Amino acid sequence: MLKLLSALISGLLFGMGMIISNMIEPTKVIGFLDVTRQWDPSLAFVILGALLVFAPCYHLFIKQRNFALNGDKISFSRNTNIDSKLVIGAMLFGIGWGLVGLCPGPALTSIGSGSLYLLLFIISMSIGMLLVDRVFKKITINFQNQIFDQ
Amino acid sequence: MDNFTPWSALAGGALLGASAVILLLFAGKIAGISGIFSGLLRPRKKDFLWRLLFIGGMVLSFFIFSPNASSTLTSPSIALYIIAGLLVGIGTRLGNGCTSGHGIIGIARLSRRSVLATCIFVSSAIVVVLFR
Repeated sequence: MLKLLSALISGLLFGMGMIISNMIEPTKVIGFLDVTRQWDPSLAFVILGALLVFAPCYHLFIKQRNFALNGDKISFSRNTNIDSKLVIGAMLFGIGWGLVGLCPGPALTSIGSGSLYLLLFIISMSIGMLLVDRVFKKITINFQNQIFDQ
Repeated sequence: MDNFTPWSALAGGALLGASAVILLLFAGKIAGISGIFSGLLRPRKKDFLWRLLFIGGMVLSFFIFSPNASSTLTSPSIALYIIAGLLVGIGTRLGNGCTSGHGIIGIARLSRRSVLATCIFVSSAIVVVLFR
């Protein structure tokens, strides 16, 4: 129950953060990526604001815990290897992000605007995710067993 | 830098940070949007409802805080949105994360993988925008 309630509250706060920082506006994101013309550093300040809250809370209160307050195990991926999967994945994600200025958070938050473009973006993003999971099924299952030891 | 909005950016960012703290401290889950969302596409027992509520909360926040907003298109081409979506989907699964998971949580934890991934996806996005 605590898990479900905190997921809902956390999701609401996340969406609110996206909206207040105006990151649901793709032109704002492109403004950050467009370093040679009218550069808008706002997105860096969004990350900074998030780090200023999350980093101290994590290092002071969460890092030393093995279990969350609802009793579930807190476990991060034990994978610390820099591999080609990570490098190629991040590169492809960056290309897609730069093409239209959308990443998963803002796209999902603003789906309520009813934009057909946004809907098509999310559907093709889902297809892309399923495609990778199908190809790397075995690896992904191993990875998930590491993350969700419940 | 006419469009720079440091205070709303910091305030919004602080909310993202608070969201990640709550989910991790109370439920033991990582607030990485691509990870949470992709789990909805392959439902697993006891691992579905919290994801649905998180994403549902995000969608709901739009109706509460910004119901009249319409998102501005950065390109008139529908094909470009489909290609971009595919790349974002494939890339975030291969690289195990997006802006939130790597850029916020991973960096805060000083994860080498996340710091590198963030540098790579920001760089490749900058290059793409350069040639748009």
